[in-house]
Amino acid sequence: MPKDHGIGAASKRREDVRFLTGTGNYTDDINLPRQLYVHFLRSDIAHGEIRHIDTSDAEGMPGVKRVFTGKDFEGVGGLPCGWQVTDKHGQPMQEPAHPVIAQGKVRHVGEILAAVVADSRERARDAAEAIEFDIAELPAVVDMKAALADDAPKVHDDLDGNLCYDWGFVEENRAKVDAAIREAAHVTTLELVNNRLVANPMEPRVAVGDYSRADDQSTLYTTSQNPHVIRLLMGAFVLGIPEHKLRVVAPDVGGGFGSKIFHYAEEAFCTFAARQLGRPVKWTSTRSEAFMSDAHGRDHVTKIELALDAENNFTAIRTETHANMGAYLSTFAPSVPTWLHGTLMAGNYRTPNIYVNVKAVFTNTVPVDAYRGAGRPEATFQLERVIDKAARELGVDPIALRRQNFVTEFPYATPVAVEYDTGDYNATMDKLEEIADIEGFEARRRESEAKGKLRGLGVNAYIEACGIAPSNLVGQLGARAGLYDAATVRVNATGSISVMVGAHSHGQGHETSFPQVISEMLGIGEDQVEIVHGDTSKIPFGMGTYGSRSLAVCGSAMVRATEKVVAKAKKIAAHLLEAAEADIELRDGKFTVAGTDKEVAWGDVTLAAYVPHNYPLEDIEPGLEETAFYDPANFTYPAGAYACEVEVDPETGKVTIERFAAADDFGNVINPMIVDGQVHGGIAQGIGQALLENCAYDETGQLVSASYMDYAMPRADDVPFYAVDHSCQTPCTHNPLGVKGCGEAGAIGSPPTIVNAVIDALHSGGHKVGHIDMPLTPARVWAAMQD
Amino acid sequence: MTKVSMTVNGEAAEGEAEGRTLLVEFLREELGLTGTHVGCDTSQCGACVVHVDGKAVKACTIFALEAEGAEVRTIEGMANPDGSLTVVQQAFQDHHGLQCGFCTPGMVMSAAALLEENPRPSEAEIRDYLEGNICRCTGYHNIVKAVLAASGQDADRIAAE
Repeated sequence: MPKDHGIGAASKRREDVRFLTGTGNYTDDINLPRQLYVHFLRSDIAHGEIRHIDTSDAEGMPGVKRVFTGKDFEGVGGLPCGWQVTDKHGQPMQEPAHPVIAQGKVRHVGEILAAVVADSRERARDAAEAIEFDIAELPAVVDMKAALADDAPKVHDDLDGNLCYDWGFVEENRAKVDAAIREAAHVTTLELVNNRLVANPMEPRVAVGDYSRADDQSTLYTTSQNPHVIRLLMGAFVLGIPEHKLRVVAPDVGGGFGSKIFHYAEEAFCTFAARQLGRPVKWTSTRSEAFMSDAHGRDHVTKIELALDAENNFTAIRTETHANMGAYLSTFAPSVPTWLHGTLMAGNYRTPNIYVNVKAVFTNTVPVDAYRGAGRPEATFQLERVIDKAARELGVDPIALRRQNFVTEFPYATPVAVEYDTGDYNATMDKLEEIADIEGFEARRRESEAKGKLRGLGVNAYIEACGIAPSNLVGQLGARAGLYDAATVRVNATGSISVMVGAHSHGQGHETSFPQVISEMLGIGEDQVEIVHGDTSKIPFGMGTYGSRSLAVCGSAMVRATEKVVAKAKKIAAHLLEAAEADIELRDGKFTVAGTDKEVAWGDVTLAAYVPHNYPLEDIEPGLEETAFYDPANFTYPAGAYACEVEVDPETGKVTIERFAAADDFGNVINPMIVDGQVHGGIAQGIGQALLENCAYDETGQLVSASYMDYAMPRADDVPFYAVDHSCQTPCTHNPLGVKGCGEAGAIGSPPTIVNAVIDALHSGGHKVGHIDMPLTPARVWAAMQD
Repeated sequence: MTKVSMTVNGEAAEGEAEGRTLLVEFLREELGLTGTHVGCDTSQCGACVVHVDGKAVKACTIFALEAEGAEVRTIEGMANPDGSLTVVQQAFQDHHGLQCGFCTPGMVMSAAALLEENPRPSEAEIRDYLEGNICRCTGYHNIVKAVLAASGQDADRIAAE
């Protein structure tokens, strides 16, 4: 019998009611009295020297309050980078200044040249057209390898070339890896592109800055995954506003997928301009602006070599990757191709020797940063593609080759600096073979062939490191912040509970799943618990939601705070029941004295805490509210196995996904309905990357795909129903819930599955294709079949 | 600015609009009905779908002045008179057909219009009809199930086939 509440129940989401009735409160729904609107004039040139900007005509236009340019921000801090990578020679990465409004030069299409603030959106937009400017166009660098040529144009004149860093990991492994590859019985080599993507949450970014002269208080309403991080970065590094004078609110947020982690220029601008003008200033991104100002994702070019011995055991992996940083370093950009990518190169396999080299490169493109999975999809893609290619070269079954090399004993220390605590990769592969009906594939292939279609099966495993913390480890790796999280459990007098959490829900359903945990712990109804998030004035602190960390890190803080609440409540109950504290038990919302029928209800204890007439005042304070910070000892390591069957039309190259199955191990699961939904969404984004999506620049740095007319988003008729399963559960050993995180898995595991399936389909038609770069559009697949 | 009047969710609504004001801007900014969302600027995403004279319309594709005298229904007017969720809305909750909720108003309005036209659509017909509504969160799995369920079909069985 499935549970109807608490941990493991598929509780319906309470937040749905407001979203289904149009009563959500997204940032663009916020309108403040006397609000002004800003329109940003953005560069349509990728690289150029700003010779002249004349705003006088614009300033005279109706309704215009003020026009800001780079000059207005000369004394203001730039946007900070939150992660410093040290290169293979021990030197810090090159870190350019990142102005709020362009100063002297523009370095990518979409960079802000000027900002018009007016009393309506339309008037601001009209006036922006009256700004006169002269930009001397300079040659742009778009291709990463070209950007590293000695005579390449420099994105930043004050830096030493366009190389941000040249990272080697682990440098001490390198000689052993080179030797293992030299001595291998077989080496499979693959060169591939991990295509540049745009996260595209359906809600475009919005910022509303407000300022109160009465108490010198600034407020920023913003579409953020982590309001406290924005408060810290913007307050301390950009505008110089101390935390107690700056409130950041992220209300309902319409999806993030990483792109709303980062601190953006528009947030700083609206906060700054509201202080300057003494009126609220609002910006609502258009989708076209989003394409040229939201941080992009992926964009790696990689060569990977996999060495095997004569028995097909993996003996070494060596990779060389060029990673695009874009024109500036977005908040966490340097960490993505390094610590979120290199550390995952062992995958699910016992490969003793691994060396990863990453060259991060500046180009005249929008900054690139974390997008769902962030580094781990890039690692998984290259590894699972090269294993598939090796299996084909060696004529062995790709599933058997994987199983032969799986890590089977835990904990397992990889040669790339992480230790997997738990897992059972054979179990998820067994489950996958069952739910995907791998046995039935050959019959389905014959059916497809009878219709004139090529059918392929792709299978792979994946692992990811998430639940992003531990602070002492990430600090050693270059993070400039801690990555714990915090929760305050406030028990009200009549027993209901408000939980203030540092995690931020923008689709993940925390308002439903977090109360399930407390309901389980206290034996009270889920409806007695409310989650408060997204407002720095209400929440003690928190690092926000990304890296599949909310439940593993913030949920654990909530558990610790609840444990403190229970400990105190037991003291109160012992007093009321005139019993020893050690004999008090809490079950089903009642405190009982062990071995007796004496009991006191949860609500009577909480009332006593606030109306302490009969209360142990000499021992404990009144009130019932506890805060905990939680900093886990390790990452969590969700893992699983995915299978995809595709049909390829040999006439057109069109790929359709016929079946998709995912068997994941997320450790313990709080709400299986929500977990299913997270996996579905991740898989769809993986399908998007594999078949449809591509953020394209031309050689002059023009962004070619800047709208939904040009950037192909997955739609309802591009995807099938998915078979997902998370019944294989090896609980995480270092958080109290035993949870691992499920938000990114689908997007990490699925792109290689789909490409493996298409390659398999083409081989079944006699096309000996080694690889096709994503997205596998009909044109690319058709061309591959003609070679 | 021109005066414009229409019926919105059964009530007379009046306001001012420029010639270039889109219906979605009028609904959100003039009438304060912020349930209808804007997710793109090329009429691709469908977050702004409302019903105009009974038909599903992307409210970014018509000007406010074109809706003069029209019967407009938005997500705010979808629930039953007692405030409870209608069958379609309830199916979205029951089947977890929404995550961040941003595309949801348009998705619900499109789904309701589909079921008006075709009370028992197949999976393929649902996917085809919703092609103009982009969702980035759900991978569409649970949205399609919700619409199947709202039409009285066994969504779990169909999804598992």
